[in-house]
Amino acid sequence: MRYLPNADGDRRQMLEALGLRDVEELFSDIPAAVLAKYESTGLAAKSELEVRDALERAAAANEGSSRVSLLGGGIYDHYTPSLVGHVLARSEFYTAYTPYQPEISQGTLTAMFEFQTLVCELLGMELANASMYDGATALAEAVLMADRIRKRGRVAVAANVLPQYRRVLDTYAWAAGIEIVDVPFDATGRCDWAKIPEDVSGLVVQTPNAFGGLESLAGVKAKLGDALLVVATYPIALGLVEPPGSFGADIVVAEGQCLGLPMGFGGPLLGLFATKSDYLRQLPGRVAGRTVDADGKTGYTMAAQTREQHIRRERATSNICTNSALCALAATVYLASVGADGLRRVAQLNLAKAHYLADGVRRIRGAKLVFDAPFFNEFVVRLAEPAGNARARLAEAGFVVDDPAELEALGVGNALRFAVTERRSRSELDRALAVLGGKR
Amino acid sequence: MKTLFDYASRECADGLFPECDVPSAAPSSVLGAEFVRSRAPRIPNLSEGDVARHYTALSKLNYGVDDGIYPLGSCTMKYNPKLNEDAARISGFASLHPRVDVSLAQGALGLLYELGKILKSVSGLPSVSLQPVAGAHGELLGMFLFKRYFEARGESGRKRILLPDSAHGTNPASAAIAGFSVTEIRSNERGTVDLDALRKELDSTVAGIMLTVPNTLGIFEENILEVTRLVHEAGGLCYFDGANLNSFIGRARPGDMGADVFHFNLHKTLSTPHGGGGPGAGAVAVSAPLVDFLPVPRVVKAGDEYRLDWDCPRSIGSIHGFYGNFLVAVRAYAYVLQLGEEGLRAVSENAVLNANYLMERLKTTYRLPYDRLCKHEFVLSGEGLPNHVSTLDVAKRLIDYGVHPPTVYFPLIVHEALMIEPTETEGREALDRFAEILETIAREAAEHPELLHDAPRNAPVRRLDQTQAARNPVLTYPFRAEG
Repeated sequence: MRYLPNADGDRRQMLEALGLRDVEELFSDIPAAVLAKYESTGLAAKSELEVRDALERAAAANEGSSRVSLLGGGIYDHYTPSLVGHVLARSEFYTAYTPYQPEISQGTLTAMFEFQTLVCELLGMELANASMYDGATALAEAVLMADRIRKRGRVAVAANVLPQYRRVLDTYAWAAGIEIVDVPFDATGRCDWAKIPEDVSGLVVQTPNAFGGLESLAGVKAKLGDALLVVATYPIALGLVEPPGSFGADIVVAEGQCLGLPMGFGGPLLGLFATKSDYLRQLPGRVAGRTVDADGKTGYTMAAQTREQHIRRERATSNICTNSALCALAATVYLASVGADGLRRVAQLNLAKAHYLADGVRRIRGAKLVFDAPFFNEFVVRLAEPAGNARARLAEAGFVVDDPAELEALGVGNALRFAVTERRSRSELDRALAVLGGKR
Repeated sequence: MKTLFDYASRECADGLFPECDVPSAAPSSVLGAEFVRSRAPRIPNLSEGDVARHYTALSKLNYGVDDGIYPLGSCTMKYNPKLNEDAARISGFASLHPRVDVSLAQGALGLLYELGKILKSVSGLPSVSLQPVAGAHGELLGMFLFKRYFEARGESGRKRILLPDSAHGTNPASAAIAGFSVTEIRSNERGTVDLDALRKELDSTVAGIMLTVPNTLGIFEENILEVTRLVHEAGGLCYFDGANLNSFIGRARPGDMGADVFHFNLHKTLSTPHGGGGPGAGAVAVSAPLVDFLPVPRVVKAGDEYRLDWDCPRSIGSIHGFYGNFLVAVRAYAYVLQLGEEGLRAVSENAVLNANYLMERLKTTYRLPYDRLCKHEFVLSGEGLPNHVSTLDVAKRLIDYGVHPPTVYFPLIVHEALMIEPTETEGREALDRFAEILETIAREAAEHPELLHDAPRNAPVRRLDQTQAARNPVLTYPFRAEG
């Protein structure tokens, strides 16, 4: 086996050095009854060439990967600059462990520090951690944190939060004994601020919400008393849209997939997690900090570790250990590559193209946008015909579009959600409009 | 080291994205002024070359498995095959949106299904979830399953989790998030669970035990069958932390030892890289009584078609936005296909042989608190080194010799612990060289202790002031005040 450098001769000599005759003696501490029950996996070893061929075939069976995507709902078909992949392929980054030995991990640690800074800049916050698993688990951790701070055992959650976030949140909240109270959405599809319950540890809203609508956060914080405002958001939108931090949000989370990560059938993803400096001691997850070495030279190390599981054990702010470090590096290199100007530019392309498609839909007889709320790159439409029929025709024409069942579960029946990124060309959008309009 | 924010912004960011081919939309008119960002994020605009050089320079300050031995105990830093990386980058996997219809994702679902089948076989357990994305996430799922199981049985009074004192910190933290309290069980003089201490704690308030097998001393619990039998007889469940699967893969199965939940670390045992701290994958296999409670959606096979099954009314729900870290699963699958059954067995054989070989040689130079057969790792102690030399000093001196230090100060039950896991992807020469370095360092501790106290000198930075980092945290770039 070419990953195992010891030859038979090496193994014999090593066994001799141990005073053993047979390699099986190394396993004499495992009960014989356990060893005897072992059953083979029956797997035949394959060469690299065979495995590559098999995987290429499996990948080719994923026809969805080559269709024209109008899919969204938290994961988007954005463009990743070539440089991102090249940096990520450097084995100094991807084959390193968590930077527990900072003197030989300055690359990872400096990038973590940059990432934390970028997340704060994007979200308009003061403090960010070095990443969570994904947006959904980041939101669940945010709710646990809010309830650790306010301890009311109840958290209000807008009913228009993306379902995959809500599912994860429900599971974590059940386990932690936190009651979730729904806050309905109004006719614009946005959270109805008049219906925020009292006596909660926090309010969770998502902007853009599951319908693509931008939540109007101005003044919300004042309605909450001392409950925490927890906001989930979409980083690319923030190239143009005022960030939640500007409206006094206490915790802001986001899915960072849009920042240079492949869609990857939904993982690995990247959870962004930011809060106010005052809440440092309640922050979950790792953080890199700036310090100096023995010669006074600037360097980076993991900081504020007394919150973490390896020190505080059952009293830690979270059990998270391994996070999404390499994905955070991807987001860092993505943002460094596009810069502030490029981020604004890509956001503008999304905005313009999504509104172009939306305007086109509005001109189709009997078609309309379901919600009258400002949106960034995603919106919900209802047509004169059943949503399923239109979706099937789009599929025949090579498009992939969200299953209307998910919106239906949110109480919005017979509707389709479209997301449009910078990757969609005008001709693709015109083609989609032609299909929707019944023209071939 | 310069950060990104120390570079002056240029005027050269154009060219990544095309000109807009639709009528432009003015943000203030389509969104309304309320929503328009008032201040741009402070991210410099740089040339691609600037950025490439900055991150290449950063990469050179790191140490990875491709640089040399990485004997971090409990972390299984084995070589990461390059095929894994290529496989995960195939467009048919990487460019697949998780919401496409299942008919358009048959390759991906099939891969998850087949990998799940292999993991079931390796663990000897009847069902598996690939949704957890890290070891600690798998633990959390395990604790959620425990909780739901006892709720379903009307035994919500079972609130205690028993934990050996050698456990990883994630274990108690995971138990606590699921609402359990933790009772520590001391280890006996042989480094394994003290059966009398265990018996004393077992009662109707105990939900179960979390065991690391072999434990964090690298010692196999010889009484594992007795431990799991006692817990089961008391009505509890057994969680096995699979961080150390590398020591028995291909020759023993947790299901045959009494495990009810077993988590795999695909980023350890199955060679997917650690990425500087993630992403990983922490698949969980469970015994029959827990199958109904596993997360949704589940990948199932109906005839020749793979589907996602959401209709599982007793499920705990979801713990990840989608199906776990799919691209990590691709890497693990590529690895396991290459190994085959023989390869799996060779992995544990070489991992354990390497660890014992190294332990045997080093125990004459460093104190070995538990001198007995080890599995894939062993724990030395820096206690008793002369001239006030600590384990930390030894670790930092190893850096000067160009190798990565072992895990230090863990497990907590060994003072000045040095926890060494060579893995199977090191050969005898590499082990000999590593041992020679540690022997040299022990001599230096006696003769030139300043070399250890001042280490590292041959690294991108010297020893870092952790106290200042903790006391006066600087966690974001200190931009100069805008004037």
